[in-house]
Amino acid sequence: MIVAKLTVNGKAVTINASPDTPLLWALRDDLKMNGTKFGCGLALCGACTVHINGEPARSCSTPMSAVDGKKITTIEGISASGMHPVQKAWIELDVPQCGYCQSGQIMSAVALLTKNKNPSDADIDAAMSGNICRCGTYQRIRAAIHKAAAQMSSKKEA
Amino acid sequence: MNALKSSSRRNFLKTSIAVSGSLMVGFHVPGFAKTEAASTAINGWVRVGSDNSVTIICHRSEMGQGTYTSMPMLVAEELEVDLRRVKIEMAGVDPIYINALLGGQLTGGSTSVRDAFDGLRKAGAQARMMLISAAANEWKIPESDCRADNGMVISNGGKKLFYGQLAPKAAMLPVPKEVALKDAKAWKIIGRPVKRLDTPAKVTGKAEYGIDVQLPGMLIASLAQCPVLGGKPISVDDTKARAMPGVKAVVKIDDGVAVVATSFWQAKVARDALNITWDNGQGATLSSAGISQGLKDALAKPAATLKKTGDVDKAMAGAARKIAASYELPFLAHATMEPMNFTADVRTDGCDIYGPTQFPQMAEGVAMQITGFPKEKVKVHTTFLGGGFGRRIDVDFIVQAVQISKAVGKPVKLIWTREDDMTHDFYRPVSLNTLEAGLDKDGKPVAMRFRLTSPSVTARLFPSFVKDGIEPFMAEAAVLPYDIPNTNVEMAIHDAGVRVGYWRSVSHALNCFANESFIDELAAAAGKDPVAYRLAMLNGKEAERFRNVLSIATAKAGWGNAAKGRFLGVALMEGYGSYVAQVSEISIDNGAVRVHKVTCAVDCGMIVNPDIVKAQVESSVAYGMSAVLLSKITFKDGKVEQSNFDSYPVMRMNQMPVVDVHLVASTEKPGGIGEPVVATCGPSVANAVFAATGKRVRKLPIDADALKSA
Repeated sequence: MIVAKLTVNGKAVTINASPDTPLLWALRDDLKMNGTKFGCGLALCGACTVHINGEPARSCSTPMSAVDGKKITTIEGISASGMHPVQKAWIELDVPQCGYCQSGQIMSAVALLTKNKNPSDADIDAAMSGNICRCGTYQRIRAAIHKAAAQMSSKKEA
Repeated sequence: MNALKSSSRRNFLKTSIAVSGSLMVGFHVPGFAKTEAASTAINGWVRVGSDNSVTIICHRSEMGQGTYTSMPMLVAEELEVDLRRVKIEMAGVDPIYINALLGGQLTGGSTSVRDAFDGLRKAGAQARMMLISAAANEWKIPESDCRADNGMVISNGGKKLFYGQLAPKAAMLPVPKEVALKDAKAWKIIGRPVKRLDTPAKVTGKAEYGIDVQLPGMLIASLAQCPVLGGKPISVDDTKARAMPGVKAVVKIDDGVAVVATSFWQAKVARDALNITWDNGQGATLSSAGISQGLKDALAKPAATLKKTGDVDKAMAGAARKIAASYELPFLAHATMEPMNFTADVRTDGCDIYGPTQFPQMAEGVAMQITGFPKEKVKVHTTFLGGGFGRRIDVDFIVQAVQISKAVGKPVKLIWTREDDMTHDFYRPVSLNTLEAGLDKDGKPVAMRFRLTSPSVTARLFPSFVKDGIEPFMAEAAVLPYDIPNTNVEMAIHDAGVRVGYWRSVSHALNCFANESFIDELAAAAGKDPVAYRLAMLNGKEAERFRNVLSIATAKAGWGNAAKGRFLGVALMEGYGSYVAQVSEISIDNGAVRVHKVTCAVDCGMIVNPDIVKAQVESSVAYGMSAVLLSKITFKDGKVEQSNFDSYPVMRMNQMPVVDVHLVASTEKPGGIGEPVVATCGPSVANAVFAATGKRVRKLPIDADALKSA
């Protein structure tokens, strides 16, 4: 067992777990934060995407031994106001269907837009192809990322 | 399949439906007791709080297809309430929620809107009329001097009462039998692209899926099932597992051995430490080569005749030329994003079960069967479904959760891994379609034989639906709409030894792939354009909707004007009461097919929410194209060879085509739209591949190696 001290959405937390416990299950079972989803367990589908020190990461394949002292951001913590421009764009275009993968999609999209203010379709392909959606909301995700990018830049200009 | 057939499962499920059905009497409103006391149920769909809050009960599982929005839209239209202000609650199990098109409280078969279109509007209208009556009684004026608007009843004299003030009295009034529904011209909600009601919860991580259920004192289970489908545990050495951190119990159930622990990871790690001896059963020798050979051998078996017109033998004998082809499809997994899971709380005084199911009535039935509790002591709480696609019609994982909770006497959430999910699915059946046509000297078909050989899902789940070898859910899209005077359409049920399940679009995907590819082959043999060839055989009033969607889709897709290096293929189908034409635009690079754009024209009758209809077509393209280009389930030594998204690839962002959807305005009754376009993906792409290479694709997924030499 290890004692991991980490920051989750700005809050300091301490988790006792075996070192191999994936961050995903510590979030879900220890912290009871259910927004981050389990999809594959092998970093193949992206449903579990969180940010670790600002970088997108698959929490299902990140052991607790690797996150001691790190800053974790989950879907519950991406916006202080409760609605990030990416989430707003997702609502405006009614992106989700079953919705199960969307926490991961949004975390990947936010990470993309943090680094790239105006992503091209090729940039979106590169950043988002690790996130599977079986409902096939890809076309709307692409449009929503473009929309969020436009909204975020116009807000900055204003 | 003998192993599965002789197991108790089939009879068990059959009995469960009977038990569940026969005990359901009387009227009760699910969830009523546990909500605030000051609310009144007016009927099974409408509840009004003393604070004027309106709750609409949603009786169809939300698995992405939009019922959480479309069902309440139907009620709200007649109830005269602001949809943005209503609360939505999932229904419990009750006979009033039975889907008349399927005969059970079941979400599937693209039936939700078709089944509910009249009934839910009527329920909303009845509630409105009762609220108006209550107000009229209060004011001692005729009902005709009152109207309902935005959650209020208003008199012609300007008096107003909120629904919350009227509901307790309204609920005591007789339910009006004669109901006049609004004229379509007066609709304010139906037919509009209303925003989905579940989106805010789904973009903030707040939406509750089965995997998110939390109960006080709940434990989590991971279940080892036999790697060979149908196998059973004989014995288990659990010494190591029991000594591991967090482990509370090891439980042997029918399907395997479960480790129950305080967290999922502890349960999963300890489960991997179990040493189980399995009885692999009769499936241990299954292989994909054997299954494929079995399908071919089954062609010698007699088939049942679905439809016969004219004299095929005579017409074939007189035909100028004959063409034959066969089409083969693999098993497929559903691969919902949320792996199978369910939570059961079996107590001494009753049982509550929570989770993602398309079939709450069956869930209730199996829970009653296992616990021995009567209906009133079993409650089903349906959560959001992280995908369904037919997988969650089956209840194997619910049976398991209830058995485990019963054994440990505590609430237990059973969570499958992705590997469990992919290797223990009820698979989309394999199929072999054999077709033969006779053409006259002008290339027009004068005779056609069609035979589908495939395992039957319905024979396992609902055997009474199969009569004289005719399986209605194998016959979908089997009969072509084209004018062919002599036809013989046959089907043969062939048990391939693998458990099969309903998979989005069911047999439409099998039969449409064969039929619409074959028509394309005939057009090529006749030297005709595939669209003109089809249109020439679509005559009369009954073919009007086919002609219309085909004309729209091909016009919008630029049929005949493909860009350099791009190739178009078309497919046409009626399914679930909807008419769809699809044009797929592809390119081929060293055998690898890329689908760039899909153009669909859809006539699904009257539309409740056009944006959700479009989303379902987009979704069907992603799901259908995964099967066309990427996915298959194969067997070796009785085991499924795929286990996760590396070995079972599905469509990703960088592979997704642009989807251009054109909806036909219609006053016909609503058709289903969750599934049909899944089926037109296969033939439209296969036909485009022929346009590009001159090679026919008669097996899916497309084998790039076979196209390389093109």
